[in-house]
Amino acid sequence: MGDLATFFSALVSPDFPFVRNAFFAGALSSILFGLLGSVVTVKRIASLAGAISHAVLGGIGIALYLSATGKVPNLPPMVGAIIFALLSALLIGTASLKSKQREDTVIQAIWAIGMSIGVLFMAKTPGYSDPSSYLFGNILLISSQDLWMLLALDIIVIILIWRYYEQIEATSFDEEFAQVRGIPTRVVFLVILAVTAIAVVLLQTFVGIVMVIAMLTLPAGTAGFGAKSLAAMMVASTIYSFIFSTVGLAAGWVFDAPVGAMVVVTAGLFYLGRLLANALKKRRRRA
Amino acid sequence: MRDLPIALKFSDVSFSYPHLDVLSDVTFHFHSGEFIALVGPNGSGKTTLLKLILGLEEPKSGTIKLLGHPPKRSRSLIGYVPQHASYDPSFPISVGEVVRMGMVETKKRYHTNQGEAVLKALTQVEMENLVDRPYSELSGGQRRRVLVARALVGEPAMLVLDEPTANMDRESERRLYNTLSTLKGETTILIVTHDMRQVSALVDRVFCIDSLNERTGTRTVIQHPLEEVDDGTKRVLHEQAIPADQCWQEVRHG
Repeated sequence: MGDLATFFSALVSPDFPFVRNAFFAGALSSILFGLLGSVVTVKRIASLAGAISHAVLGGIGIALYLSATGKVPNLPPMVGAIIFALLSALLIGTASLKSKQREDTVIQAIWAIGMSIGVLFMAKTPGYSDPSSYLFGNILLISSQDLWMLLALDIIVIILIWRYYEQIEATSFDEEFAQVRGIPTRVVFLVILAVTAIAVVLLQTFVGIVMVIAMLTLPAGTAGFGAKSLAAMMVASTIYSFIFSTVGLAAGWVFDAPVGAMVVVTAGLFYLGRLLANALKKRRRRA
Repeated sequence: MRDLPIALKFSDVSFSYPHLDVLSDVTFHFHSGEFIALVGPNGSGKTTLLKLILGLEEPKSGTIKLLGHPPKRSRSLIGYVPQHASYDPSFPISVGEVVRMGMVETKKRYHTNQGEAVLKALTQVEMENLVDRPYSELSGGQRRRVLVARALVGEPAMLVLDEPTANMDRESERRLYNTLSTLKGETTILIVTHDMRQVSALVDRVFCIDSLNERTGTRTVIQHPLEEVDDGTKRVLHEQAIPADQCWQEVRHG
């Protein structure tokens, strides 16, 4: 356990590269959480992203098993995770487009089956592998290579959103109207799901699978209270994500507690505070 | 009117959902510049017909020509005003941005000079002073007029309005028809409504989704004459039927 002063000195000290990496990971993740979180929130597909993020565990489990048993030597868990993420995004996306009434069941099925496959394969993997380490993540284990991958995905997502902002806004606000305007709404939807799926895989190393969803929705939800446009929501949400991850990292250092959980508790409390303030404001206006 | 180009033409169109036949033998057309009402009770297939016009559904048989082409090709020339009943009030968006959406295209980005077009469209619906207002702060009637402005901003060849006055207050309804009256003759207008008895005095012709054919389990489209009423509306004479494919001049002069 340290105090805030030692946290800041650790942040700039060459002896603690993991703290600095964690800080940069928080900053780079904030862009993904802010941009994609806003899209996920206004498109109301948080439950779809939730299912994808949990199904990823199946891919991680299979990759660990194949690697540890020597069937596919040195197979990184992330490869399995990305394959499972994209597969589940495709399945959920198709179910959502083709059979809206069964969408809920498909989401729950993929969520449960993915996680169970992960647990089963990890149980049969020689040596020790703990599913909970993937569920909750550890930001302090982030490598420089992870940071470069996060930066690359940030750039891709920024370019995609800058280029297709109007189309994303239109399909999110009024899908039928966007379709009449000739926008391929199904393609836009599937691309959003696929990019979110890949982001989920990278981000789960930051705050863990369980908490990715919280960070995809809480900062965007907080930003949504005051934002006047989707673009403003994206910017505010990115700033909130950065503040939450930095405060969570500092609090984790000070209280010697898991950083991922600290980040989400910070974000959750702030969101609930805004929700309460908003409700009081509305009540006062009505009175 | 027959000299004017045909805006929409249905020829022997049938449509079915899996396990449910909906429409059959639908043949009708109307010309550019006409103000048309399509009426039918709830559940009769109005939405299905609208989806066929907008190219959101494909007919099982027959052909549909919208502005001379298949709907999927020409639908971007339509200004569509949906009911937008599933609107999300927490969506952060201003009135101006909603209207600008009417110019969205598949690949292009907005131009900076589109602000003028947005303001012009909002002026047409008498809402130019609300351009920066959050869309969620408007009343239901105001929101519907914003959606009309969104449809108008792209200067459409044809305007399609789905239940435009549903849940609308009297004042908003008056303002909406005021806007439509300024467009009458210049823009082809199609209004879809469940009000079977009367339509606005602006309406030139009315098409009605017919009662269910017990034998086929489907419906078709027929045309009824209109009678002017003192209160400024037109009454639909359901007791008289005109072939749906007979157009304005033929109706008037026999």
